[in-house]
Amino acid sequence: MHRLAAYPLKIVERILLIVVTLVFVFPFLWMMLTAFKTLPEVFRFPPTFLPEIWDFSNFMKAWESGPFLRFVFNSFIVAVGVLILQFLTAVPAAYAFARYRFPGRNLLFGITLIALMIPPQVIFLPIYVQMSGWGLVNTLWSLILPYGASAFGIFLLRQSFMQVPDEVIEAARLDQASEWKIMWKIMVPIAKPVLVTFGLFSFIYHWNDYFWPLIMTNSDAVRTLPMGIAMLKASEGGKIWNVIMAGNVILVFPILIIFFFAQRHIIRAFIYQSK
Amino acid sequence: MARVLLKQVVKAFQDQPVVKGLDLTIPNGSFTVLVGPSGCGKSTTLRMIAGLEEVTDGEIWIGDRKVNDVPPGKRDLAMVFQNYALYPTMNVFENIAFGLQNRGLPRQECKSLVHEIAEVVGLTSYLDRKPSELSGGQRQRVALARAMVKKPQVFLMDEPLSNLDAKLRNQMRVELTSLHKQLGSTFIYVTHDQVEAMTMGDQIVVMNEGRIQQVASPVELYQDPTNLFVAQFIGSPAMNILSWEEEESCLLGFRPEKGRIAATIQPSTEEKGISLRGKVRSREILGAEVLYYVDTRKGQIIVKANHDVELIAEDEDVRLSVAAKDLYFFDEKTGMRVMGQHVHSLPLAGGAV
Repeated sequence: MHRLAAYPLKIVERILLIVVTLVFVFPFLWMMLTAFKTLPEVFRFPPTFLPEIWDFSNFMKAWESGPFLRFVFNSFIVAVGVLILQFLTAVPAAYAFARYRFPGRNLLFGITLIALMIPPQVIFLPIYVQMSGWGLVNTLWSLILPYGASAFGIFLLRQSFMQVPDEVIEAARLDQASEWKIMWKIMVPIAKPVLVTFGLFSFIYHWNDYFWPLIMTNSDAVRTLPMGIAMLKASEGGKIWNVIMAGNVILVFPILIIFFFAQRHIIRAFIYQSK
Repeated sequence: MARVLLKQVVKAFQDQPVVKGLDLTIPNGSFTVLVGPSGCGKSTTLRMIAGLEEVTDGEIWIGDRKVNDVPPGKRDLAMVFQNYALYPTMNVFENIAFGLQNRGLPRQECKSLVHEIAEVVGLTSYLDRKPSELSGGQRQRVALARAMVKKPQVFLMDEPLSNLDAKLRNQMRVELTSLHKQLGSTFIYVTHDQVEAMTMGDQIVVMNEGRIQQVASPVELYQDPTNLFVAQFIGSPAMNILSWEEEESCLLGFRPEKGRIAATIQPSTEEKGISLRGKVRSREILGAEVLYYVDTRKGQIIVKANHDVELIAEDEDVRLSVAAKDLYFFDEKTGMRVMGQHVHSLPLAGGAV
């Protein structure tokens, strides 16, 4: 009985999953395919699915349209810089929220959660003014510092730190470990799957971020990759979609590589969270 | 090596007193067991000695040092937790070595000490395994090794065997007592299991509701309980307690193994003591011994009898008797033991006490 009832359900489930996957994968696939097409083919109607001629020169065109190496470098510095700062602030904050009782703890954690709900578009103006006051506008600092503390990271890590049994921390205290050591040698390794997940989210967000660099930068020396790609769109009047798409492929390539290697950790992190 | 001293130690959580003024001396090199029902404050007391809980009031001394304000890591003690509390991301070697490294011991010395201890507890071939890859018994050994390697003055153990299965628990019990003899350090051991307490401790501290009920050796505790609580807590099955009509507000108790049971048809032996009639409700044959649950006018009474005496069937009428020397008397109100009481009569026929 059970098997009979479950079987059609399984099929429906599979079909739904395939549909959802297609919805997500198709734009991505279309970007990849367009990046290899010639411009006339891009505008042909009805559109072709696979490129008739595989045109690899689009990538060179995109790369040479601006100081792309500079953009890649900037993007990397910003994404990694933000990530390191966020780790350094989120770990102690999460540890304190998870493990200490102090006056105002709940209030402070509430404020942190509120920060989680405010999009950067709401608060960019005061931050811009602040950065401008410090003379940091149009430097990489203005892209890194405002993101130095992540409410999401603190929240995620706190949840994971709270699951560590008290006795483990007490054992460490009896082993004469300092709070600092407990944090970095005991808690952080236990929270590794969560840290990897958070690291990925953060890296991808800042690697792809277009809004913040758009506000804070005005010269190529400090611009990031998404801005470079956007400039492709504006450079020559008409939209050369194949080159833009080639630029986008360059943009997502590092993320694909990371996903490829971190897949196992990502899956584990989510299983861990839902347990 | 050190003696541990508690002076009027009080612990309250949000004004709710959990430990209510403990005075206790734990002699140097003793195996002291804190035993009591859950919530009696035994674990809290241990955690205060460890420094994991702050003392609300009173003093704790380890050796000749007052440790109230000394952090746990500097009290020169080691603790074994019920759930082992191993560091899950470190392998066995790192787990054992962690405390040594924190003391700033040179790497080479650390290594040789860990190997030495691993040898003692039989973990040498598991040093690079993670705790998740070990069995319960092996984890327990890692926890022990982690405590032993620091060569502390005092070992604290918080129900360290309760997560093990019965067979392993017995084995570890023996190992722990021999370890204690070998090391000669002071052991403070918390358990709710009176069998564990009786078999392992040389000094037993019975606690209830945040107070010490009695501090004594196992034999003394069994033979000479100071109050009703200790009398009923120590010994299995628990002591039978009956009201006693001869004396107002006095309770009478005897241990199940001291009661004698006989079919009513048999003639009673004339001896000073008590006897009463009843009916066997059920019985449990334990092997060498039999437990009889007997319904009497005074309520249900448990008698433990030797197997070699003839078995009595269920529903049979019986006569219970207890010798005067095996009787205990307690004040009904305070629960304190009353000494110098005597059974004045030996009523038989009426079945009264």
